[in-house]
Amino acid sequence: MFEPLPRMLGGLLIGVAFGVLLQKGQVAKHRVIVQQLTLERWTVAKIMATAIVVGGLGIYALLPSGAVALHIKPLLVGGVVLGGVAFGAGLALLGYCPGTTVAACGEGRRDAWVGLLGGLAGAGVFVVAHDAWAAVQRWGGSHGELTLPQVTGAPWWVWLIGLGALIAAAALWGRRRSPRAAERGARRPFPSHF
Amino acid sequence: MVGAGIGVLSWIAFLTAAHPLGITSAYERTAAAILAPLGLASDYLAQEQLVLGWEWALVVGVFLGALVSALWSSDREPSTVPPMWAARFGDSRPKRLAAAFAGGALMLFGARLADGCTSGHAISGNLQLAVSSWAFTAVFAAVSVAVALALFGRKGRRHV
Repeated sequence: MFEPLPRMLGGLLIGVAFGVLLQKGQVAKHRVIVQQLTLERWTVAKIMATAIVVGGLGIYALLPSGAVALHIKPLLVGGVVLGGVAFGAGLALLGYCPGTTVAACGEGRRDAWVGLLGGLAGAGVFVVAHDAWAAVQRWGGSHGELTLPQVTGAPWWVWLIGLGALIAAAALWGRRRSPRAAERGARRPFPSHF
Repeated sequence: MVGAGIGVLSWIAFLTAAHPLGITSAYERTAAAILAPLGLASDYLAQEQLVLGWEWALVVGVFLGALVSALWSSDREPSTVPPMWAARFGDSRPKRLAAAFAGGALMLFGARLADGCTSGHAISGNLQLAVSSWAFTAVFAAVSVAVALALFGRKGRRHV
């Protein structure tokens, strides 16, 4: 039922670091997630984009050495599209994503605990009729473990450095707007110390 | 900085465990472990092994890490109804908890159908430049923004 102890401990330690980062990054807070979704505050997008660029540069740079391998999820059209719709609607209603739900439980948020129970129920619905849902996942076809470099022919560093440049440009643009943003912030209903 | 930290954590996960950071398969395994003794997981068990492994330990770690971090910085928020929710839908606890349960159920069902979540697809999959992950991210970002704007309204029109 469990994997060997050293591997479990490794997972636990990486999880602890992940939990500290999520909590310190403010993304275990309902208002931070919801204000991202209403496009008022860009904390979540900044963290995700930075993680993608830093993580991706490291993984692709290590790839030729054989120290790491890619773990690409197959493109199942029905699963990705219908799953994305259900996930997006549920995310807006709950106000935490699956990982930040767990981190929000660590912060003591009771609604996150109930969201976690709801999550187990939702995963249960998938488990109970696993074969039927597997057929739904394949609606529209299964296109294998595709990557953007394979599909477009542009190498990995073009994608990752391009995304990095986009983040830098957005950060500069945000800074130029910041006097106005600060003025708006003063009238914001939920100041950051709330 | 937090984003860069999560990126570096991805390297460590790939190097030490040959596994991307991901959260929702642990929900799935836990649900299966509860349903299996009731005889409700036979389809699932024919395809998947019921192992509470590396990713399950990772999720336990996320809880402990957030708990320690919140205690350390006196940032515990033992609330039931978040202020933004209360401003829009009132401070009824049953109402908020019902929405949280329904939202969690919908979200995790969607994540399992898509085979990943904000961690497994939107961070780990996107950083590997997986087409499936970028497609999932585009769909859920569009839907979640539309639903959140419908639920909470635009900033300029919110009067609280």
